[in-house]
Amino acid sequence: MSMTGAKKYPPMEVKRRRDLRPITVLSYIGLVLWAIICLFPVYWMLTFSLKNNTEIFGENVIGLPRYWLFSNYTQALNTGHMYRYFLNSVIVAAATILITLIASFMATYAITRLVWKGRKLMNKFFMLGLTIPIHASIVPIYVSLSKLHMLSTYWAVIIPYSAFSLAMGILISTGFMGDIPYDLDEAASIDGCGVWGTFLRIIAPLMLPAVATVGIYTFLQCWNELMFANVFISKDAIKTLPVGVQALSGQYTTDWGPIGAALSIATVPTLSPARSRADRTNPHYKGGCHAQPPFHDRMDTIPGTSPKSIQISESRPRYPPWRGPGTCAPGAIAR
Amino acid sequence: MKRPLSYKLNILVFLLPALVLFIGVLIAPIIMSGYYSFFNWGGPGKVAEFIGFGNYKELFTSNSINFMRALRNSLLLALFSVGIQLPLALLLALKLGKKVKGERAFLSIYFMPVLISTVVIGQLWLKIYNPDYGVLNMMLRALGREDWAKIWLGDKKLALWACFVPILWQYVGYHMLLMYAGVKGVPPELNEAAMIDGCTESQVNRYIVIPYIKPILRVSVIFAVTGSLKSFDLIYVLTNGGPLHATEVPSTLMISMLFLRNRYGMGSTIAVMLIILCFAFALLINMAFKEDK
Repeated sequence: MSMTGAKKYPPMEVKRRRDLRPITVLSYIGLVLWAIICLFPVYWMLTFSLKNNTEIFGENVIGLPRYWLFSNYTQALNTGHMYRYFLNSVIVAAATILITLIASFMATYAITRLVWKGRKLMNKFFMLGLTIPIHASIVPIYVSLSKLHMLSTYWAVIIPYSAFSLAMGILISTGFMGDIPYDLDEAASIDGCGVWGTFLRIIAPLMLPAVATVGIYTFLQCWNELMFANVFISKDAIKTLPVGVQALSGQYTTDWGPIGAALSIATVPTLSPARSRADRTNPHYKGGCHAQPPFHDRMDTIPGTSPKSIQISESRPRYPPWRGPGTCAPGAIAR
Repeated sequence: MKRPLSYKLNILVFLLPALVLFIGVLIAPIIMSGYYSFFNWGGPGKVAEFIGFGNYKELFTSNSINFMRALRNSLLLALFSVGIQLPLALLLALKLGKKVKGERAFLSIYFMPVLISTVVIGQLWLKIYNPDYGVLNMMLRALGREDWAKIWLGDKKLALWACFVPILWQYVGYHMLLMYAGVKGVPPELNEAAMIDGCTESQVNRYIVIPYIKPILRVSVIFAVTGSLKSFDLIYVLTNGGPLHATEVPSTLMISMLFLRNRYGMGSTIAVMLIILCFAFALLINMAFKEDK
């Protein structure tokens, strides 16, 4: 086609008319329907946590509560010991996150920034941890803990949780640390920083976004874990939320309100990181651009699934996304 | 470049915390599990008797343990997971990947059940299934189908299905998110080129998007199958293997072996079998997807 005398076309119509074909409407209805199915149990939990038994058991099963009984919450917190369980979970989660962060940052630094033979092998070795189910170690850990008289202490769950979060922690931090320019190390070295100085003054401060990602991941893992907590902790004063909620529902079999309150209390912290997941925790955040899918940082926790590693997989040879070491489900999502 | 000894020492120091945790809690226990599985052992402080592969033999032949039923239950779950959960997740991901209004809200809502503790989910569904006051039976009664109201978790035939529903429900969002990231990663040029060539939306999905995200589908299938084999939390909360062991899965069997019957050797045997099965299935699925290419 010759360019001379070509008719000037108007710029391509970018904004299309709103698509209202039946199939589109139908699929939208499908999306909303599934959203309702996802939300309903949570809605029901929140409402029945504020009702009394006569409402729950017939008068007003799925409506909003008529009288907002916040006494259910005080009952769950005080007589139901939810306060204690909650505190225990916070202690366990905080300690686990701290240990995981320190251990995985240090190991990642040694693997990615220090030069030595066998560091790739070491990385592969750590990535084995992604594939190991927690079932594998429950008997030996139980036996060791009972020999050390450490059953029913905070350490009985903190140490296993940290160990099982470690592989994912290293995987995430490797991604983040790889993004920090190596020139910084060289500059630091020229300025007289040693290995430790570079780590503490240059790398660690720049790893703050990774703290959020590793932290959220580890938090969810240990906040919701049941099997270890159930087996290793029998003392009421040390029980974490999952075990505590189990015990509580055994006590209040007929009184549903306080159980609902207890369930809500246990749930709220797990839902808030999703909401407060600020874009600044996203390493690929380009100012003002919201093209990144939400939950992106959590996506990074699953090998080979972050949008970044999918798009430019060739430039990240350390983790070919779908030939990476993580072929089994990480423990956190173990059912 | 020659590096001083202190440099090598530093490397060791940096690796030390991770290595100690990793070897102490993950690697050594696996070896110990394998070792324990050859013993008839009543627990710490008791005398262990070496019986070779006796535990394995008993595991597969004993009717009172009935490992095969537990295995069948979890494989059934894996089947449903791959057959119902993943297609549903894929459907949602494909729809959401197409710039739907309220995309972010939908994503957050679908992912919510994954974030909630399985114990909470389990307790909630216990209440939903409650034969007298549960929402499910209440609704059926309100619809005038009194005869459909059942003792969902107490019925030997129904309990397993009743357990599957929340498990499948909870993790749809998880797989949806995995696939959604993949769908978003498809280069827009491919979609546009296909559109220009006259592809309909379903054709684009069929010939462009799904082949492109195949690696993620593989990961999803592996997660679904190994996750089903390892499933524990929800079944433990809902039925703990009951009624009459109808909903037993390998993990609940393992826990009851350990802490109800004090058979630590047998518990370890089940753990070892679980690890082997998980790895075997992961390998099998990998191979199946490779042959496809």
